Amino acid sequence: MPGLLADKDRIFTNLYGLHDWGLEGAKRRGAWNGTADILAQTPEWICDQIKASGLRGRGGAGFATGLKWTFMPKQESERPHYLVVNADESEPGACKDREILRNDPHLLIEGCMIACRAMRARTAYIYVRGEYVLERERLTAAIKQAYAAKLVGPGAIHGWDCDIRVHHGGGAYICGDETALMESLEGKKGQPRLKPPFPAGAGVWGCPTTINNVETIAVVGTILRRGADWFAGFGTEKSTGVKLFAASGHVNKPCVVEDAVGIPVKQLIEEHFGGVRGGWGNLKAVIPGGISVRMIPASECEEAVMTYEDLAGRGSGLGTGTMIVMDKDADLVKAIARASYFYKHESCGQCTPCREGTGWMWRVMERMVTGEAEMSEIDLLLDVASQVEGHTICGLGDAAAWPIQGLFRHFRHEVEERITQYRSRKGVYAGAAVAAE
Amino acid sequence: MSVRRLAAVQPDSFAFKPETAKQVRSWIANYPPGKQQSAVIPLLWLVQKQEGWVSEPAIRTVAETLGMPVIRVLEVATFYTMFMLEPVGSHALVQVCGTTPCMLRGSEALMAVCKRKIGPKDHLSKDGKFYWQEVECMGACSNAPMAAINDAYYEDLTPESLEALLADFAAGKPPKPGSAIGRQNAAPEGGPTTLTDPALYDGSRAGKITIPNLPTKESA
Repeated sequence: MPGLLADKDRIFTNLYGLHDWGLEGAKRRGAWNGTADILAQTPEWICDQIKASGLRGRGGAGFATGLKWTFMPKQESERPHYLVVNADESEPGACKDREILRNDPHLLIEGCMIACRAMRARTAYIYVRGEYVLERERLTAAIKQAYAAKLVGPGAIHGWDCDIRVHHGGGAYICGDETALMESLEGKKGQPRLKPPFPAGAGVWGCPTTINNVETIAVVGTILRRGADWFAGFGTEKSTGVKLFAASGHVNKPCVVEDAVGIPVKQLIEEHFGGVRGGWGNLKAVIPGGISVRMIPASECEEAVMTYEDLAGRGSGLGTGTMIVMDKDADLVKAIARASYFYKHESCGQCTPCREGTGWMWRVMERMVTGEAEMSEIDLLLDVASQVEGHTICGLGDAAAWPIQGLFRHFRHEVEERITQYRSRKGVYAGAAVAAE
Repeated sequence: MSVRRLAAVQPDSFAFKPETAKQVRSWIANYPPGKQQSAVIPLLWLVQKQEGWVSEPAIRTVAETLGMPVIRVLEVATFYTMFMLEPVGSHALVQVCGTTPCMLRGSEALMAVCKRKIGPKDHLSKDGKFYWQEVECMGACSNAPMAAINDAYYEDLTPESLEALLADFAAGKPPKPGSAIGRQNAAPEGGPTTLTDPALYDGSRAGKITIPNLPTKESA
């Protein structure tokens, strides 16, 4: 058996789309089983169970889900409550929610009903990224099935009247930020809002709103069906449960797979992703949680495990659990420069440090790739990165700084060699490079 | 941010076709009364589906339909990069993902094919059939490198397989989307090594279950 997890403990049993995604198929695999009993419970019971399971948000930030739900007002008022599901999956490296949307949509729909009950919400919006056209059509078809079977909507057979609606975006990474997503859902440019007010107080259309990742919501039904202690039995005290992992980059068999949180990075790569191209010894670095976290070098990959606390202790993060693997043939500097271009492209332009900083960092990174940069610009770049980090409304500024910091933390000597080599080829000249504009 | 401007040459007018107008109404009904502005992205997308791109008269029509100031719709159309602001190829709009995970697996070679077969990026090809651009992460990283062609994802590409795809589009025969190497979605190459237990699929999970940890009568 590859990995730590037995098939019987996997939640997404149609991850690869080999079976029927529709209502009948999903029910046969256990979805919508016992949902009536769950929805008959109080919101407090549901929140307590989710708290006890230790489930943390799967969209990257890892906030405790049960706790987040309790931030919603305890009474329904004239301002309706909303659940918004963040299916704007655009993090480079992340491709896990897509598999849920197209292959196991009913787990997501069932989870929406339960989460809405837990937060006394009567409407859920699922915000699907615009490019996922086929996935959106699949999800819409699944919701239609659920309406026809009276599992969703007014007069639903499980006793909680709740509408589930689909919305789509227009291809902006920034809309993965919860407040930008709400702006976008209101029909505006996706520029994040200042917090407070927090979404649970005043979110979409000024109403109490909670935004959760697709995977977070889709696992809720199975957690309650099998018990919080079952879920909490996997992983570590602070990082419980099972989770979707994915690999891209230099592995032999990149794929999406579900396994227990806490699986060692090496085991995950070797047993699920077919090993590193050219063997384990050819590994150079891994970006473990989507491109927004700092990379870890091969030497640390021996012991690193996929938990929030272990990776945070290594200056990185679990993020979305979707790793980018780079072997010794990879040009790390170029890979990170390309990431910098991504952030420059996706910055919404609202906060000056990010709007100006992402472009500046990208231009300097491009000169680091060729080696044209001045040696002193390395420290200048790190200084600018630290000034962008933490000085913006949303996390995109941080996310733009972290990959660069990760690169220089572990591979500064490579960039320095590159600059030295460039100079020895061109002949020494001091102060020739103009500081990036 | 990226600089995005409306095309220099614009059509005189725009109108939704009857079948699109029906979808427009259903999108507006998707949101609470008075919140029809929320439908602006879906409506611009419908415009793009109907015309291939978003023109200035279409932006005015959308603004009128939703009771929005034109500038707000213009903002949205230029902010979201999925909206094409100039005419695209009649046969295919090719969007090659160039972000790091795809780059590590060879997207630069794919873009070289596009350059050779179609022409410079962000331009209509000479015959008007193709338009290609480099886009940011499309969320199919385990199937890298990939290209989205007319809304469908073509994955696990090589320069050769992309060239074959382009030839099919040129011939007016859109090929089947998905993996070019015959992978099952995002399963590992060679077939899944997990989810092989037949007990998951024999219907035994649909039997009657008792939800654990339910409150007892006394504690309720």
